[in-house]
Amino acid sequence: MRIRVGHLYPEYLNIYADRGNIAVLSARARVRGHELDVQAIGMGDAVPTVDLFYVGGGQDREQELVAHDLAAKSGPLREAVEAGAAFLAVCGGYQLLGRSYRDVAGVDLPGVGLLPLHTVAGERRMIGDVLLDCAWAGETLAGFENHAGRTILDEGAEPLGRVVSGFGNDGESGFEGCRYKRVYGTYLHGPLLPRNPWFADRLLEEALAHAGVEARLEPLPDELEREAHAVSSARARSRGGRF
Amino acid sequence: MAGRGGGTTLPGKLLWKLDPAAIDALATRLPQGSVAVSATNGKTTTTAMVAEILRPHVRVAHNDSGANLVSGVASALLEARDAQLGLFEVDEGALPEVSRRVRPKALLLCNLFRDQLDRYGELELVAGRWRAAVAALPHAQLVVNGDDPQVGALARPGGRVFGLDDPRVARSALQHAADSKYCLRCGTPYEYAAAYVGHLGDYRCPNCGHARPPLDVTARDIELRGLDGAAFTLVAAEGEARVELRLPGLYNVYNALGAASLAVALGIGLDDVRDGLARFSAAFGRFERIPIGDRRVLMLLIKNPAGANEAIRTLVEGAASRVAVIALNDGIADGRDVSWIWDVDFEPLLDGLDRLVASGSRAAELALRFAYGGFDRDRIEVVPALDAALDRGLELTPAGGELTVLPTYTAMLALRRTLAARGHVTNYWERAA
Repeated sequence: MRIRVGHLYPEYLNIYADRGNIAVLSARARVRGHELDVQAIGMGDAVPTVDLFYVGGGQDREQELVAHDLAAKSGPLREAVEAGAAFLAVCGGYQLLGRSYRDVAGVDLPGVGLLPLHTVAGERRMIGDVLLDCAWAGETLAGFENHAGRTILDEGAEPLGRVVSGFGNDGESGFEGCRYKRVYGTYLHGPLLPRNPWFADRLLEEALAHAGVEARLEPLPDELEREAHAVSSARARSRGGRF
Repeated sequence: MAGRGGGTTLPGKLLWKLDPAAIDALATRLPQGSVAVSATNGKTTTTAMVAEILRPHVRVAHNDSGANLVSGVASALLEARDAQLGLFEVDEGALPEVSRRVRPKALLLCNLFRDQLDRYGELELVAGRWRAAVAALPHAQLVVNGDDPQVGALARPGGRVFGLDDPRVARSALQHAADSKYCLRCGTPYEYAAAYVGHLGDYRCPNCGHARPPLDVTARDIELRGLDGAAFTLVAAEGEARVELRLPGLYNVYNALGAASLAVALGIGLDDVRDGLARFSAAFGRFERIPIGDRRVLMLLIKNPAGANEAIRTLVEGAASRVAVIALNDGIADGRDVSWIWDVDFEPLLDGLDRLVASGSRAAELALRFAYGGFDRDRIEVVPALDAALDRGLELTPAGGELTVLPTYTAMLALRRTLAARGHVTNYWERAA
């Protein structure tokens, strides 16, 4: 099966090794006999029909450069998500999926409005290893966060996970990330997917479902992945950020 | 961090804690004042090159152990009481404070790449601090790399702008990890007539015309000789000189050109600059060939995407070995965030390897980088302990062969300690000053 992936602004939002996430999706699809077809969606481009969208993180400057263009794509992106397309948004990309992002200078950037949240940049950056408990999946996620933005979820919004160690969305609520239908937003980079293969497989399964194939992917040995996850989790437990 | 074993920054740390203003007083006692060198990549090597050029001319107080925060500068000042000139390698994040205290008469600013975002913050932030630091030193002579948009923009009258002038050695395209790709003024992607290292090159904005500033000092007719060295023609207002380097790679041509530009700005003749650069071998751990029995270790420090890409480019062009030990630690000095390994273009190196030993505190993470980069998992060995990884790498290396070792900063220090304990190298603090 061909899985169509739309990578938003890879030239601009790529600061935390986002190509690592794509490489993991691609390799894990391939060993199961599927082919990832990744196309870049850049400034001014129309939104193509894809099974999975990906948007990464950037520095403030790059985020500013793409924010308005992304907001202008809001209509077709929302339609795609309502029709069951999967979406992974990391860090800066996550912030831009909310309603708005106010940067340190107090300038408001428009968001896509796909996720029920808004973000306000704070004075102190939240930097460190993070471990999340994702009870909805019966799994954990280990990663690294580095953000000035405090993301506030709307009442009733579903977080991606509860913070076991680290700051999470705002350093206070105990929530990290947000999920809605098949959309996942998170501050965790590292990149996220190499050491959290279950999440990569879940995204692939949801992308496949959008493409019309309902199937569980058979598990892989993942020895290195488990070891990397264990080290990363231990890091979060011993030195994850807190105020 | 660098202090363990050598204890190189302890006196300076004490002084900084007890009486920070004493650093200012020590610096003012230097009869010829101070100069400072900063960059994301190459600052240790570049500063050591300047020291070698200056050696026959002036006694310097130089923080040559890589301790490049305020405390390291303080230690160098305390140790070299008879010095005439301060020559300080300065961490890019520490530049504002060091400048404020020692008030350098000249600053050599080489490049800004994304590096340890968990420690330094975003590139734009560091660039902003540099702008403020140089604005607070209105009389200092600025020697800047015009090939880096952020650094070139700091140029001002009375200083020097240096850059490469040899499109034959340029890359065909910007690398994945290129940082300052967008026009400083209007945000449009720059067009490059030549891209040399990362985002360093001959750039021009097609929208507003912002472009590389005119160069005062250039490197022409660059010759790269694999792992055996490099040569270039140094061209300045004062004349020309053919420079022979024992260090390989285009990034070392940049380091040498920066060092030469500062030396020329300080009044050193071109022939003396050439001779000093020809004498220079390597700053510790940056590019070292160490014989071990009937084998040899080639150690190159890797610490961020741009630097690692250049190390790999040099290795590949120099027909590197078939076995490599790559070591990733995640201490504060390495960067706790290890995501940068995914931005390094390791693939050209992997193509030539039979076996790879992944080591360091994040060995498994590193192994995943190679596995997902297409390197066969069966040919990767995960050996987190650095000593054991080195031994395993040597075991896999055929007699008479060379083992490539690419460590991050604290892994490099630890490996050098091991090699020193075994009598293969001397510790840097045991070297003659």
